[in-house]
Amino acid sequence: MFERLYVMLMKEFLELRRDPWAMFRLIVPLLIQVVVFGYAATFTVNHVATAVLDLDHSQASRGLISHFVATGRFDVVDIAATQRQITRDIDTGRAVVAIVIHAGFAQDLNNGRTAPLQVSVDGTNSNTALIALGYVSLIVAQFQTEQMQNAWPVQAGVASPRVAASLQERPWFNEGLDDRWFFIPGVIATLTFMQVVSLTAFAVVREREVGTLEQIMVSPIRPFEFILGKTVPFFLIGLGDVALVTIAGVLWFDIPFVGNPLVMLLGATLFLLAALGLGLMMSTFSRTQQQAFALNFFLVNPFFILSGFAFPIAAMPRALQWFTLINPLRYFLVVIRAVFLKGVGVDVLWPDLGAMALLAAGMLTLSVLRFRKSLD
Amino acid sequence: MSPRRLFAIAFKETLQVWRDPRSLAIALLMPLMQMVLLGYGVSLDIRRVPLCIYDQENSQTSRELVTRFVASGWFVTARTLNDERAVRDAMDHGACIGAVTIPVNFSRRLASTGSAAVQTVFDATDANTTSIAIGYAQGVIALATANFESSWAAAHGIQPQTAGGVDLEPRVWFNEGLDSRNFIIPGVVAVILGLVGAQLSSLTISREWERGTMEQLISTPVTALEVMIGKLVPYFVIGLFDATFCLCATAFWFQVPFRGSLGTLLATTALFTLVVLGIGYLVSVRIRSQLGASQIALMLTMLPIALLSGYTFPIDQMPGPIQAVTLVVYARYYVTILRALFLKGSTIGDLTVPILALVLYAVAIIWIAARAFRKRLG
Repeated sequence: MFERLYVMLMKEFLELRRDPWAMFRLIVPLLIQVVVFGYAATFTVNHVATAVLDLDHSQASRGLISHFVATGRFDVVDIAATQRQITRDIDTGRAVVAIVIHAGFAQDLNNGRTAPLQVSVDGTNSNTALIALGYVSLIVAQFQTEQMQNAWPVQAGVASPRVAASLQERPWFNEGLDDRWFFIPGVIATLTFMQVVSLTAFAVVREREVGTLEQIMVSPIRPFEFILGKTVPFFLIGLGDVALVTIAGVLWFDIPFVGNPLVMLLGATLFLLAALGLGLMMSTFSRTQQQAFALNFFLVNPFFILSGFAFPIAAMPRALQWFTLINPLRYFLVVIRAVFLKGVGVDVLWPDLGAMALLAAGMLTLSVLRFRKSLD
Repeated sequence: MSPRRLFAIAFKETLQVWRDPRSLAIALLMPLMQMVLLGYGVSLDIRRVPLCIYDQENSQTSRELVTRFVASGWFVTARTLNDERAVRDAMDHGACIGAVTIPVNFSRRLASTGSAAVQTVFDATDANTTSIAIGYAQGVIALATANFESSWAAAHGIQPQTAGGVDLEPRVWFNEGLDSRNFIIPGVVAVILGLVGAQLSSLTISREWERGTMEQLISTPVTALEVMIGKLVPYFVIGLFDATFCLCATAFWFQVPFRGSLGTLLATTALFTLVVLGIGYLVSVRIRSQLGASQIALMLTMLPIALLSGYTFPIDQMPGPIQAVTLVVYARYYVTILRALFLKGSTIGDLTVPILALVLYAVAIIWIAARAFRKRLG
């Protein structure tokens, strides 16, 4: 058995080596993608383009605007003179946030009335808008506090009136709230997933279409050995991918790796087995490479979107949350993020590892069974 | 260019598509499935963040504060904990995203010194969710503070509002409910179209090579341009069908408001379909194996469209060089146009830049693709 398996493996690696583009296609795009996507995937909201219409021209109104600029969250791109100009800025997308300070702002403040402050946000990008609005209310609250403290001693002889329940928030595992730390492990998992699934999905179909499957079938090799021989190279490629991309993430992006590499290895192994199973299954469902390709294209995308990579699973409708349970990427994302950032071990991650093991066993068995049937 | 030969090629390709019902079914049904799956799956709305509560004091004030967290609608109590170790444990297991610790002397300190702190820790693995959740928590605390302040002032017989307050009037334009689906679903249409288009056309030529029918094709009198147009026509029709379905689903099923002009939408959609098919065709001509062509096509479409088109991640927040890279991601322009047409109701005048970019792209791709195909073996 081992001899036959060895021969099969030799054949697969030879095939890979004789294709001058294969190694290039496997490695270079992967590295480029890690770097590009690592930088691209961010929800951070900084330097929001802001238009200002100050109709008050007072010390207070200028003070408020400088509060906005000082945070670094808002960049004033336009100091408008009319309301129309502000509307135009938002319509054309030149500004995302528009602040309108009406005439009489400072007077209202000094007389103890509430002064209206109009802030318009382009809600097209709801996430940016939501976060920007959060910053706006925080800045306004700070400004107000300062105003009150400045005004207090004149009014009464008592000490500072602040009664405050303050919030001391400490973000664990990612103290700088740097969302690159969140996305790069995700990029690693996703890239590996896509590569392994697409390679495997083609593996058997290609032999069939080119006509070499019959040659293999007349050889003494058994279906199980054939599948093993087909998948072992991809498994190794996948492990290499994970290692390569992880190193790139740690060295290039300075993502901390606080966990145990062995836990990562265990997670990656189970994940790759599940991904191989998925790819093989697609392979057994298609007669031509075009079909395999189409299936791959259309299944990989939902698996990617519904994995929790960018869109939180908790925000999905219940039915889709159920669907994510059969998604190996979902579990590996939990594992890889936890190993990178939290440094927890098997005692915490066993449900996810177990789920991947189950998926791997299920899909591999199913595809071997289906494959055997399709040979007859 | 002869219309007869063009028709013949188009007819042959249509027959080939038609007689491969599995591929046709995939081309027609998969976009529908994707639209439903992804349309529901792409939400960034963070509600009901699970919180662990460690109330050391357990007084009326502290309980009131906990109630405020839950009553805000942003948080739910996942667990009530009794010691510091349990907090760490719950966070490790992902039982909650945040933990609120109210210190043992919270209400006493608040009453005597006028200031007391509530500690919260957040699992910041998902930095985006966490920063939004922190924002919510700050809002809850700010409200509670205002309440404590007035009751404290009342107890001390002071009128608290001596300086005027600022009344913040936030107005959200174009997407009034800040619904993340309205923002993302138009982008999903671009992703699906990009995938279908590339998938359809990227194997057309490499298949001829691999199956050995290329020699037959070359020995016929068709010209390179006729091959290209003839091969793309049936896929263009399929692509437009998929596009129409996806756009209808966006507007009618997911109820994303459509405020722009229908003509502009159709024209730009056709243009985008053309670009996508052209790219697939180009890949197909250059790479002779189907596996290679599919890998390149997948690499050129899926992740770039998902990550670099601005459909989830805002382009203006990316570093400069990456922003430059997004200029060649054709989906970027279509996503911009779709969003502007759906939510903003922009006119053609507002969209000159992205439309011109797409036109330029289409012309360039078609020109390169037409020249890339050579009737030559080896």
